[in-house]
This record gives sequence, structure tokens and C-alpha cells, in this order.
Amino acid sequence: MSLSDELYRETILDHYHRPRNQGELKGDNVLSVDGVNPLCGDELTLFLKVEDGKVSDLSIKSRGCSINTASASMMTEAIKGQSVERVNELISTFKDMMMSADEVNVPEEFEDLEALQGVKKYPVRIKCALLPWNTLIEGLRSAESGANPHMVTTE
Amino acid sequence: MLVCPKMIDIETIREDFPILKRELDGKRLVYLDSAATSQKPNVVIDAVSEYYRMYNANIHRGIHTLSEQATHAFEKVRVKIKNFIGAPDSREVIFTKNTTEAINLVALTWGRKNIGEGDEIMLSPMEHHSNLVPWQMLAQEKKAKLVFPELTADGRLDLQSVENLLGPKTKIIAITQMSNVLGTIVPIAEICKLAHANGTIVLVDGAQSVPHMPTNVQELACDFLAFSMHKMCGPTGVGILWGKSELLEAMPPFMGGGDMISAVWADRFVPNQLPWKFEAGTPNIADVIASGAAIDYLSKLGMANVRAHEIELSAYASKKFSELQGVTLYGPRDPELKGGVVSFNMDGIHPHDLGQIVNEDGVAIRVGHHCCQPLMRQMDVMGTARASFYVYTTTEEIDMLVDALQKAQKVFGHVAVR
Ligand SMILES: Cc1ncc(COP(=O)(O)O)c(C=O)c1O
Repeated sequence: MSLSDELYRETILDHYHRPRNQGELKGDNVLSVDGVNPLCGDELTLFLKVEDGKVSDLSIKSRGCSINTASASMMTEAIKGQSVERVNELISTFKDMMMSADEVNVPEEFEDLEALQGVKKYPVRIKCALLPWNTLIEGLRSAESGANPHMVTTE
Repeated sequence: MLVCPKMIDIETIREDFPILKRELDGKRLVYLDSAATSQKPNVVIDAVSEYYRMYNANIHRGIHTLSEQATHAFEKVRVKIKNFIGAPDSREVIFTKNTTEAINLVALTWGRKNIGEGDEIMLSPMEHHSNLVPWQMLAQEKKAKLVFPELTADGRLDLQSVENLLGPKTKIIAITQMSNVLGTIVPIAEICKLAHANGTIVLVDGAQSVPHMPTNVQELACDFLAFSMHKMCGPTGVGILWGKSELLEAMPPFMGGGDMISAVWADRFVPNQLPWKFEAGTPNIADVIASGAAIDYLSKLGMANVRAHEIELSAYASKKFSELQGVTLYGPRDPELKGGVVSFNMDGIHPHDLGQIVNEDGVAIRVGHHCCQPLMRQMDVMGTARASFYVYTTTEEIDMLVDALQKAQKVFGHVAVR
């Protein structure tokens, strides 16, 4: 398989061209966190609403590359409505999937996210895929502690 | 000056650059990122190794043969650089580690001494971060102000706007001679006339221009010129600051240490003469010496020929790119008004993805903000893809880039876009 087939799978391009849960989330108790990739200048803002121990709603506003946009879009679909506890599990599963050399068994929420396994072979792009997730971690931390979120960078 | 493009014998030149023979996954390397750093000819690579093999010694401080040879070879390069940029005096040529350090040197010595509260520093909107952030730091420290003239719609500098902004408070214009993003060539001689009539001095960021066209600081009539050897066939780790001797003499030293002093007591020192006043500590001896080989190499080709070759390539690229659908080009179109770079975006494909797909075919281009984030914001893009050329670039390589770009369009095309 050439890189283009391996990396730019149909699922990824679909999420890139029609990202889910895009835009600004308005209303009470919505917190926002910025994430940037200083290497390429990509920026995203994550809007997050955590209520009763659940991620009740979230959205992303971004202008990024295909990997970054697709990862963010798939992430929102996988975690919306899930308990914070489950979300934390999914975050660590996703990180395992991106960091480990082997194929990782993935939960059902990863139906689309699995397509990002192809990114593993391209270390610079792993950062693109992880940025939304690292931004989410900061959002959850902030929601739990009440502290203002910091800007997240890939470096 | 009479320019004869035939003077560039591309096949012979390519033989001089061993890296151009490299294959990546069975594909020949197509190196189109010379604006980031150029490749190095054998003469330069050999000069580094010859120094370490034959006469490695510290300079300016030994009476033994090796030290004398090293000192002689090192100082000879200063003279070569003086000649290469048409400077009147080699005492005005200061070695730094890159363009960035050369600009910081001026901001931290001349700037700290001469810029005060309310003074204005004029920059262009297309400066590289290395000719922007040092001035931001200085302005913060001194409560001075940065002012920016306008660009025209096609990315040229609006001289009228420069003239309008020049005022009694404008102490320095620090400006690039060639934009690393748009390729725009800035008319430095005209800017210097306007500036000097106003009592303003001019620092030229020559990082992109000096490697690609003939340079004569006396014709430009600028006050400072900064550039990097690694972008002009030389090794990394060597930058040049040229400045008018009256200015350099009046500036306080930059860093303190060995070599930059003429006498030291327990509680004070007397700074050394030019140029060593600004060269504290053991310099990058090997790479300065190899920079001399790079200067010789380029001088032999002739900088007017290098420029003519790149104008030809730009014109060719412009024609090839016009055959592509869905491409936005940035910067001036006229090859005479720009350097050998093409900055572009393709509809529906992020530059990061573009860079990766063409890399698969061995084509190396730069993608991203090119250390020019304010310009990217002004252009309302996250980044661009940039192909940049040098003496060893061929039209065939531009064809290969364009083929690879079409392939990227295919990859991204199979889901309905936008
Ligand atoms: C216009 C311009 N100025 C300054 C620099 C900085 O050069 P260096 O990184 O060698 O200090 C560059 C290099 O990318 C450049 O293109």
C-alpha cells in the first residue's frame, strides 16, 4: 500500500471534508480550550460541557490538516454523552493505539478512529492526531478543578 | 550587466552536489526547499573535513604553525565576504552564527543605545520572525513602537506607504530584501534614499536575497546587512553581519569574553577593535573556513547567472502552475520582481497533507507558516506550501512537483469536496 492509501483512507477524508460537531458551543457551563501546533500553525478550540459526571456536549472549531480535523471530528463522536470515566479510558486507549508499535484492540466507539492507526508510521503526523485529545485532557482537568484551562501545544 | 543564462551548465553543477544523487524509497530526491537551507557542494564539504584533518587549531591566540594557518584561513574568508557583498572594508564583516543572531546583535547593541521611549521602528508586514521578534523585544523594553507599511494586493511593498510612515521618530527600518514566503523583492536602494533623507538607518535582512542575486552594499547604500551562509551553499552555523564602520565603532560590544577585548583588568576591560569587538569566544572556525569555499563556488558561477537561472525557473513554474486547477498562488507574478519561490495553496487540501503526499514521490517542499505568522494572518491562511529553487534546480524537477500535486488532488478528490 502506498502512503496515500494507508494514510488517507476514505473514513479520514470523509471526516476531513465533513467534520462532525464543528463550530462554537454556546450556553452556560461551556468551557473552551485552545490547542495549537506551532510547527504548522494549526489551531483548534474545543468547547466542552461537563454535567453530572458526563460529557454532555462538545464541539470543535478548527482549521487544520486532514489528520487533525478527522481525529477531532471522530473524537467528538466517540465521546459525546459518555461518562467522564469512560472518556478517560477512551483517551488512554487512543494514546495507546497511536504510540504502540503493534495493532491495538479497540473498543466499539473506535469504529472510525481505528482508521488513524495508519498515521503511526509518520511520527510528525502523530502530533496532528493527538492535538484534539490533549486539548480534551486539559478541558477535563479544568472542568474538574475549576481552574482556567491553559493553551495546549503539540510540542 | 550582461547576463547569459547559458553560463549555468546545470548537469555539471548537479555533479558538484552529492546529495542530489540520493534516492528515497527508490525515488530520486527532488529538493525544492532551498529557501530553508541550500544543499552543499563537494568543495564545501571537503573544506570542513580538510580543516579538521590538517590544521585544526584555535585562532588569534597561538604562535604555532597550525594556529597561524587556521587564523590565516579564517581571516581570508572575511575578505572574500567583503568582496562578495561589495563592502569597502573587511573590518565591517562580523561573523555570527546565523542571520537571527546578526539581527539580534544590532537590536541589542545599536538598538538599546539609540532607541528610546516613543521612537518608531519600521518593519514590513512580511518579515521572518527573526527580523520581527528581536524588535518586538526591544520595543517592549524601551516603550518604542513598531510600524508597518502596507503591501499591495499582489504582495509588493507599497513605497508610498513607507514614505508616509517615515517621521521624526523613525529611527530604523529593518526589512527583508526578499520575502521567504512571497518571493517579493524589496527595492532596498529606494528605501535607503527615503530613509536617509529622514535621518533613519536601514538594516537589510538579506537571508533570502544574498544567496540568490548579486549584492553590493555600497550601491544599496544600506547601513546593516544580515545573512546566513547555510542558505548559500555554505555550512550551518555561520551568519554574517555587515555594518558601516561608523555605526559599528559607536556601538557597545555584544557579548563579553575572549577575543572581544584588547585589555582586561580585575574590574574593567577595553573592547577590541572591529571586527573582533563583536566576536566573543572561539568562533565556528571550520564552518567559517568552509564558507569561504561556498563564496568561491558561487563567485565562479557568477551571481548574475544564478539570478538569471532562477528567473527562468520562476517563469517556467508560473507557466506549469497555470495549467493546474484549483490553485491559489501568492506574491508577485512577474519573475523579475520575485525570487525563485512559489508559494501556493490547493483547494480543499491542507498544506501539511500536500507536503506529505508529494514527499512520497521524493519531492521535498516546505509547508506551514514559514516563520511568518503575522503575514499568514494577513493573507487569511493557516499556511502555504512553498517550493523554492537554487542553482541546481531543473525544470524537470518542477514537472515532477506538478505531477505530484496532481496526484494529491486525486487522493483528496475521491470524496466530493466543499
Ligand atoms: C527572510 C529570512 N530572514 C531570516 C531568516 C533566518 O535565518 P537563520 O535561521 O539562518 O537565522 C530566514 C531563514 O529562514 C529567512 O528566510
